Amino acid sequence: MELLLPDSGLLFWMLLAFIIVFAVLAKYGFPVITKMVEERKLYIDKSLKAADEANSALAGIKATSEKILAEAHEQQIKILNEATQAGEKIISDAKREAQLQAQKQLDEVRAQIAAEREEAIRAVRREIAVLSVDIAEKVTRNSLNRDKSQMELVNRLLDEVITNK
Amino acid sequence: MKILFKIIRFRFVQVLLLALALTAGMASRTLASESVEDGKVDVKEIVFGHIQDAYSWHITSWGDAHVSIPLPVIVRGQSGEWHVFPSSRLEESPDGSYKGFYICKENGSTYKGKIVERDAQTGEEVRPLDLSLTKTACGVLISSILLVVIVLSCSRWARRNPTKAPKGFVGFMEMFIMDINDNVVKACIGPKYKRYSPYLLTAFFFIFINNLMGLIPIFPGGYNVTGNITITLVLAVLTFLFTNFSGTKEYYKDIVWPHVPLALKPIMIPIEIIGVFSKPFALMIRLFANIMAGHSVILCLVSIIFVTASMGIVLNTSMTFVSMAFCIFMNMLELLVAYIQAYVFTMLSAVFIGLAVAEPEEA
Repeated sequence: MELLLPDSGLLFWMLLAFIIVFAVLAKYGFPVITKMVEERKLYIDKSLKAADEANSALAGIKATSEKILAEAHEQQIKILNEATQAGEKIISDAKREAQLQAQKQLDEVRAQIAAEREEAIRAVRREIAVLSVDIAEKVTRNSLNRDKSQMELVNRLLDEVITNK
Repeated sequence: MKILFKIIRFRFVQVLLLALALTAGMASRTLASESVEDGKVDVKEIVFGHIQDAYSWHITSWGDAHVSIPLPVIVRGQSGEWHVFPSSRLEESPDGSYKGFYICKENGSTYKGKIVERDAQTGEEVRPLDLSLTKTACGVLISSILLVVIVLSCSRWARRNPTKAPKGFVGFMEMFIMDINDNVVKACIGPKYKRYSPYLLTAFFFIFINNLMGLIPIFPGGYNVTGNITITLVLAVLTFLFTNFSGTKEYYKDIVWPHVPLALKPIMIPIEIIGVFSKPFALMIRLFANIMAGHSVILCLVSIIFVTASMGIVLNTSMTFVSMAFCIFMNMLELLVAYIQAYVFTMLSAVFIGLAVAEPEEA
């Protein structure tokens, strides 16, 4: 039975101790810890939100940069194509030009050759005429008594002329 | 290799248990002689001697030598004078009294085990005003200091590192405190929990640390604080005060004029009024009985060794094994009970406060 009877002395010490402990912990103990944990929770929430926002912003930036990159790539291909076409055109133009030029020169050269040939033929004819006159002169200068010898002379002279030519 | 380790471990445990049993068996012969009267061990004396409060802190007895820490006795006698003296004065004097004060040893007396003096006129035994720092009071102080140091060290850390996550012991304590705060206090009281959380947390950790210290068998622990009705009385009264001082109008209306048919009111009103007092009363008895019973069972199990000491070495040794096995089991159970009882006390207190502060539900 004595177990169930509270003791006044112990009651005094227990009240004193518990109230002091309660006062100290209620002021400097538990609220500080719970407040810190809650503040930390808020801080973590805020940080997570900020990180989320930063992430989405980063994703936006990445998308934009990829778009820009793709556009640039397209542009590059386009420019390259244009450049190739232009180059081909230039080359073909140059070729045509060169061909024309060559044709022209060839034609000129041909015309010149033809003219020169004409000239040469004319010169030969003149020469022949002169030679003929010369030959005739020589023939006439030789004795014209023998027909045979005359003929031989003429032939020889002609040969000479031909070989000289 | 694994098997070898297992064998070695098994052997080690065997040797350890054997050594334990033998030393316990030997020690029981010397130690038991203390509480042995006519060759019989007074288990009731051992158990009650521990569970009840004492004026000195008894640690052990070796043969006839008692090792105990004297504690201050503070009494105000009939003369109205305060006397402060160490409890060892009572033991040193041949008749066990000092300045007229002595510990009542009469079996039938209501003051048994307490300091009494004789009234000058009538010669009857009377109880002086006794504010002695008894073993339990010292236990309360030790636990209180320990609790304050632990919690303040955590809160100091928290104040210095407001945005960091704690590690180690501080981290454990923070997790523990927040668990009780969120899952017990907040869950049971509701949105107004912040006002009551310091009290409920203090109550929880006060009970818990006292329960744990009670499980340590030697000096800085081993006191039976939460198994003492005075302690649980204070805690229950505080819960009662917190509950009833924070009661809303609805709470009191429900007690004095409950929502029941008129015919039931004569029955319900007394029940409600009794309920107000029976709730903290149940808190008080529950904690007291659980912890006291735990201490008693462990002591009884240890006493098996001493009871069987006179029954021969074989029986004694084998019973020592049994006793130790049960003791280990009980200590583990008590570890669980230490938490559960602190938890139950806090949770029920929170529920009572929660019922008192609850806003009426919109019908």
